[in-house]
Amino acid sequence: MKTKRLLDRDEVLGPLCLLPVVIYMALFIGFPFVMSFVYSISNVTIGNPHYRIVGLQNFIAIVEDPVFRKSLVNTCIFTFVSISIVIVLGHILAELLRREFRGKWVVRFLVMLPWTAPIALGAIGFLWFLDSVFSPIDWLLRTWGLLGSPDSLFGAQSNLYWLGRPELAMTSVILVHVWRILPLAAVILLAGMNAIPREIIEAAQVDGAGYFRRLFHIILPLLFPVIGVTILFATFFTFTDMTVVWILTKGGPPPNSTQVLASLAFLKGIAGGDLAQAAAVALFFFPVLAGIAAIVLRLVKKAVVT
Amino acid sequence: MATVEFRGVTKNFGQVKATDGVDLAIKDGELLVLLGPSGSGKSTLMRLCAGLEQPTSGTIAIDGVVVNDVSPRERGIAMVFQSYALYPHKTVFDNIAFPLTVEHMAKEDIRKKVEWAAGLFGIGRLLDRMPSQLSGGERQRVAIARALVRRPRVLLMDEPLSNLDAKERHYARGELKKFQRGIGVTTIYVTHDQVEAMGLGDRIAVLCEGRLRQVGTPEEIYDRPADIFVAGFIGIPPMNFIEREGRIAGFRPEVFRPLELVQGDELMRLRYRIERVENLGGYRVAYGVVDGTPILAKLPHRYPVTEGEEHDFAVSIRDIHFFHKDTGLRIEG
Repeated sequence: MKTKRLLDRDEVLGPLCLLPVVIYMALFIGFPFVMSFVYSISNVTIGNPHYRIVGLQNFIAIVEDPVFRKSLVNTCIFTFVSISIVIVLGHILAELLRREFRGKWVVRFLVMLPWTAPIALGAIGFLWFLDSVFSPIDWLLRTWGLLGSPDSLFGAQSNLYWLGRPELAMTSVILVHVWRILPLAAVILLAGMNAIPREIIEAAQVDGAGYFRRLFHIILPLLFPVIGVTILFATFFTFTDMTVVWILTKGGPPPNSTQVLASLAFLKGIAGGDLAQAAAVALFFFPVLAGIAAIVLRLVKKAVVT
Repeated sequence: MATVEFRGVTKNFGQVKATDGVDLAIKDGELLVLLGPSGSGKSTLMRLCAGLEQPTSGTIAIDGVVVNDVSPRERGIAMVFQSYALYPHKTVFDNIAFPLTVEHMAKEDIRKKVEWAAGLFGIGRLLDRMPSQLSGGERQRVAIARALVRRPRVLLMDEPLSNLDAKERHYARGELKKFQRGIGVTTIYVTHDQVEAMGLGDRIAVLCEGRLRQVGTPEEIYDRPADIFVAGFIGIPPMNFIEREGRIAGFRPEVFRPLELVQGDELMRLRYRIERVENLGGYRVAYGVVDGTPILAKLPHRYPVTEGEEHDFAVSIRDIHFFHKDTGLRIEG
């Protein structure tokens, strides 16, 4: 009786409902965040947990490190290229999924699959797809005569070595990552498209606008807030993701052709044991991502208000 | 300006017949109201005319030219949607200008035309605003200005007043009629509101379940309804029906009056048991029964009645409509 009355009070019920989230965020986001900050200004390593403050030394060291700079450039390429592809393909996919056709739910299910399947599993699948010797893609190319003979399109060698050549490795990593976040982007964009009133699109049609004018003058501007949010999410997932890179290439082929910040932090901190420098690398995300989030959210808000 | 002609137009959505063999001709410069309950096919008919839907069979002709295979943009039509469908990210100016920019018209000409249309509807001072900053009535004017700015051959309006409050709607109706007369554009107007239909239409086409029931002037529809459906749909409160000598006799609540107030030689006298009286300000409506059939009456001003008692009421024979018992069609005579 007494607990019931207590729960009826908003000032009790509200905080109580929020509590799990607050605990979760404090434990799994707040605590590691603070720890990485604490580590980044110290000389802590796995072998020597004795804590001594060294100031900004770690940051100076990583900025001067050519591997870090290479990883930073790679991360930017990786993020920018995959997001661009994801937004364009996601839009096309959403447009297709909006149409009515037989077996739509099966297709929707299949489209969502890469997102629901564990990423490690999918990446391992691709590891085999892109194998240097047994790659089925190479096998198909050879069968079609595009690979393996002196006059074929992709060269005379028997395999493409997807993960073994610097440019091709980056391409492979990007494509696998696109495969992974495309469903999420498509579903967000689909929801955004469905939220545009049908009458507005029909009005444009009656007003004489053809498909591309409707797309660029009506639909895309109205989708802008949704696209902004999609870019935001996709950027975060890409910028901070190391699973695809780690499983496919571990940052290789040498020298660090596909090394990104997240994998570098892992390499330094966990594999190399230098927690302090790893924390400094990881913290580098923070101002960058916070800045992107602020810009995108501001643009989105502006678009919604008008 | 143009005529519009539907010939045997049928549209199926799966198993459902939205419109079923509709033949209808709209004259040049006329305002024709498509009236019917929801699901009667009136919006479908308009969307077919706009080219937003393709007929399953039959033809639609504008100015005598069959337009079945002509895209909406080439039909020379304009449409005002129920939600107004203003482009929320464009200013009022850009909204009205949109149909013109699509035609790649010169900037200066666009400005002139937009100002002309805006002046017509008194929205010149709103041109820099965004749609979200406008009231319902203002949005409606912008929507109509956008529709008229490129001088369409046919104007289609889909319940354009239904999002206005009752008072705004009253004024908007008068203005609409004035503009339509002034510009003289052939107009098809869809509504489920019979008051709007009676007040606006040069002619009314009554639809039910995809079929055309009657086409005529508001007077014809009211005075000589073609069947029981039209008779019952038009008029507030709705017409009473009672079975007499193997036919259905229909009479309106406004002509069903106390015996001593009814004039004429031939009367149909009825014992009317009044169960409840509703005071609607300007008039009162009585809910009662005659021989077990529920009957409504519009009571004369200050006429005393007692709830729960029987009264002598009557209708003049002239005011009674007779309908066939099985087909529901009007019996002349």
